[in-house]
Amino acid sequence: MKIIKTDVAVIGAGGAGLRAAIEVARTHPDLEVALISKVYPMRSHTVAAEGGAAGVAQDHDTFDNHFNDTVSGGDWLCEQDVVDFFVKAAPKELTQLEHWGCPWSRRPDGSVNVRRFGGMKIERTWFAADKSGFHILHTLFQTSIQYPTIKRFDEHFVLDLIVEDGQVKGVLALDIAAGEAKLIQAKSVIIATGGAGRIYRFNTNGGIVTGDGMALAYRHGVPLRDMEFVQYHPTGLPGTGILMTEGCRGEGGILTNKDGYRYLQDYGLGPETPVGEPKNKYMELGPRDRLSQCFWQEAQLGRTVEGPNGDYVYLDLTHLGKEFLHERLPFICELAKAYVGVDPVKEPIPVRPTVHYTMGGIETDGRCATSIKGLYAAGECSSVGLHGANRLGSNSLTEITVFGQVAGEEAAKNALEISHGDSQGLLDQAQASLAKYQAIKEFDGDEKVADIRRELGLTMEEGVGIYRTEEAMQATIDKLAELKDRYKRINLKDDSEVFNTEWLYAVELGYLIDVAQAMAHSAILRKESRGSHQRIDGFEKRDDENYLKHSLAFYQGDAQPKIDYSTVTITKSKPAERVYGAAADQQEADKKAADKLSAEEK
Amino acid sequence: MAEIMKMSILRYRPETDEKPVWQSYDVPYNHETSILDALGYIKDELDPTLSYRWSCRMAICGSCGMMVNGQPKLGCKAFLRDYAGGELKLEALANFPIERDLVVDMSDFIAKLESIKPYIITQEPRSLDDGCTTQTPKQMEQYKQFSMCINCGLCYAACPQYGLDNKFTGPAALALIHRYNNDTRDQGKAERMKFINEEAGVWGCTFVGNCSVVCPKGVDPAAAIQLGKVESAKDYVIQMFKPGE
Repeated sequence: MKIIKTDVAVIGAGGAGLRAAIEVARTHPDLEVALISKVYPMRSHTVAAEGGAAGVAQDHDTFDNHFNDTVSGGDWLCEQDVVDFFVKAAPKELTQLEHWGCPWSRRPDGSVNVRRFGGMKIERTWFAADKSGFHILHTLFQTSIQYPTIKRFDEHFVLDLIVEDGQVKGVLALDIAAGEAKLIQAKSVIIATGGAGRIYRFNTNGGIVTGDGMALAYRHGVPLRDMEFVQYHPTGLPGTGILMTEGCRGEGGILTNKDGYRYLQDYGLGPETPVGEPKNKYMELGPRDRLSQCFWQEAQLGRTVEGPNGDYVYLDLTHLGKEFLHERLPFICELAKAYVGVDPVKEPIPVRPTVHYTMGGIETDGRCATSIKGLYAAGECSSVGLHGANRLGSNSLTEITVFGQVAGEEAAKNALEISHGDSQGLLDQAQASLAKYQAIKEFDGDEKVADIRRELGLTMEEGVGIYRTEEAMQATIDKLAELKDRYKRINLKDDSEVFNTEWLYAVELGYLIDVAQAMAHSAILRKESRGSHQRIDGFEKRDDENYLKHSLAFYQGDAQPKIDYSTVTITKSKPAERVYGAAADQQEADKKAADKLSAEEK
Repeated sequence: MAEIMKMSILRYRPETDEKPVWQSYDVPYNHETSILDALGYIKDELDPTLSYRWSCRMAICGSCGMMVNGQPKLGCKAFLRDYAGGELKLEALANFPIERDLVVDMSDFIAKLESIKPYIITQEPRSLDDGCTTQTPKQMEQYKQFSMCINCGLCYAACPQYGLDNKFTGPAALALIHRYNNDTRDQGKAERMKFINEEAGVWGCTFVGNCSVVCPKGVDPAAAIQLGKVESAKDYVIQMFKPGE
């Protein structure tokens, strides 16, 4: 097996991976980076993000506002010191992207424009029309090209981390086209592989979003934190799950049920705001977890529209006018026309909640370090502590650049302190690992990868969906154990070494099942309702006394994962009732009055 | 799922096939079935050995370019309904070497994108403390549409010049030069002019214009190339009168 020595290996070349690689190359031209991705960088799923990236941008906004929105949006399960760092770093990183050429949408005077977004008190979402992720990704990819020390390994699939004595030593990667495995020996490794949305049947995610990095770290003993928190985006297209950005509502779009009624006002998000006058944190600008839950409630009441691909409601943009829609939401217009035959200028778009984002991930500290020395994680695959129990829209595009930068900085620092050891032991480890994955091709049985993947998506939707019960979660847990067992009997037909996607899909399916188990087991043990984890079996309330803590899932091989807990860092925001609409205004007024009173008493 | 479409795919497995061979599949479809969905059906239900690239299935990642009845298309944005009553023939993207089945070797295309300095170049480094650069919507208009390229490679598959001689820099990379040269934040135009001026640059184009026709994102590389020719001619005149060179 070929050995390639590098200083920093980055797995994944989406927004976080590219930003990390650039940081190493920019600040340490003496260090070499191996940027490894199973696809070409511009295929990474960052490309599909639409709405924008949050960072304080207006004089009447403050870091405290962004902090408070994020912490309450996360139902107080955020690491508050991390959020504090994040909100301050955000505008700098978004400015950095601007300097690198990101075509942020502008005001007539040439300054960067910002739009409203769900759960954000002040407009602070920077956007590039409705292709923000696309432009961020291409800007970062193109910027990375100027650094000769970034050596790309495009279409290289990472099969394993190489770890020795509690320290990461490199990765085992497979050149997909050549079928050739390589040991990439590295002093630091950054995992930036994105989420795991493909665990579920209906999702907004691309086919590549299969939890690879999460599974790699998890299998090496790094805990996956807060995995029960899975975000349903309230507005995906029925059937495909294709994303209709929250920016639609930020720009004034409304949600109506089958009677044309704006049902969100019935669920603590009102009172109803006039059409064409969106108000921050009211109605359609509530957070994603709440809006997806409202859909479910409406469906229970029989007020959603029945369709061949599941119930739906309407996302109505017609009042915004053709010119405005074509300027602000051109991609939405293109997608709705192509995939559901609807012109948003003329007709409302059918939408339903669809799995979008994993709040949890590889546990890291606030500087992206995992429990394995030299191993870092950034972006959706990680749990740095930013999102808590529910992520606010537009915080994740900022996250990839803020924490991509941090991971790059830390990985470089670590690489400077370490020298490469002997390769032979690592090579033996890599050979053994490769043999284990090659053996999948020889499994004895008649199970089909596609069947197991389909059943996985269904059972996760049934058990670990928008609303959860012990009974349904247990059924999912049992089903996952069955699928994991059947996985050992999958039958592969393709024995080619060249671009053997059947085999790679099988490897990915193994990743998906392990990560799904972390989700389901973390979920069943959280006997409360918080953020995106909502129970309807006697645990409908948040329980700070027992569950103001992070879950940690530890891999146990064939056995079920072990779940442990860790404390949540609270600095300046004491857990309070999480409210939106008029109730939030009331809460803020009460708090101001109380603060004033206590100031007077002093 | 009432209708059935016969889909023929040009298969090539380098370890066993001497040359590419056609293979047919019957695929059920409805109004919403894209070619990519149909490939997924074949992969899952009929023949797991078929290889193709895909990811976002919403026409933004640029993975699934292929020839559909001889035309370069994104598989995720072409629908079986539009070929009802006929037959569908799928092949790997033209003008690129086939790696396997519908997967082509994109490395030449990627190398061309990398070669033309597609990033902001400034004389002096900008400080973050200075905040964002001012750029009016009108200034953005000068380059915005050329920043929409998803690098799918369809324009290279459609370009007869690239087909004849792949030294030609080609539509997407030339459009990308235009994108950066016309960005008010950039000062690297002088460094990039050589990529425009050289034989493989804009002058390699015979203005067939297929690139702009097949672009799934409405980018107009042909226009960028024609504007590049104007720039290149101006540059030539300026060079003539430059002293000492």
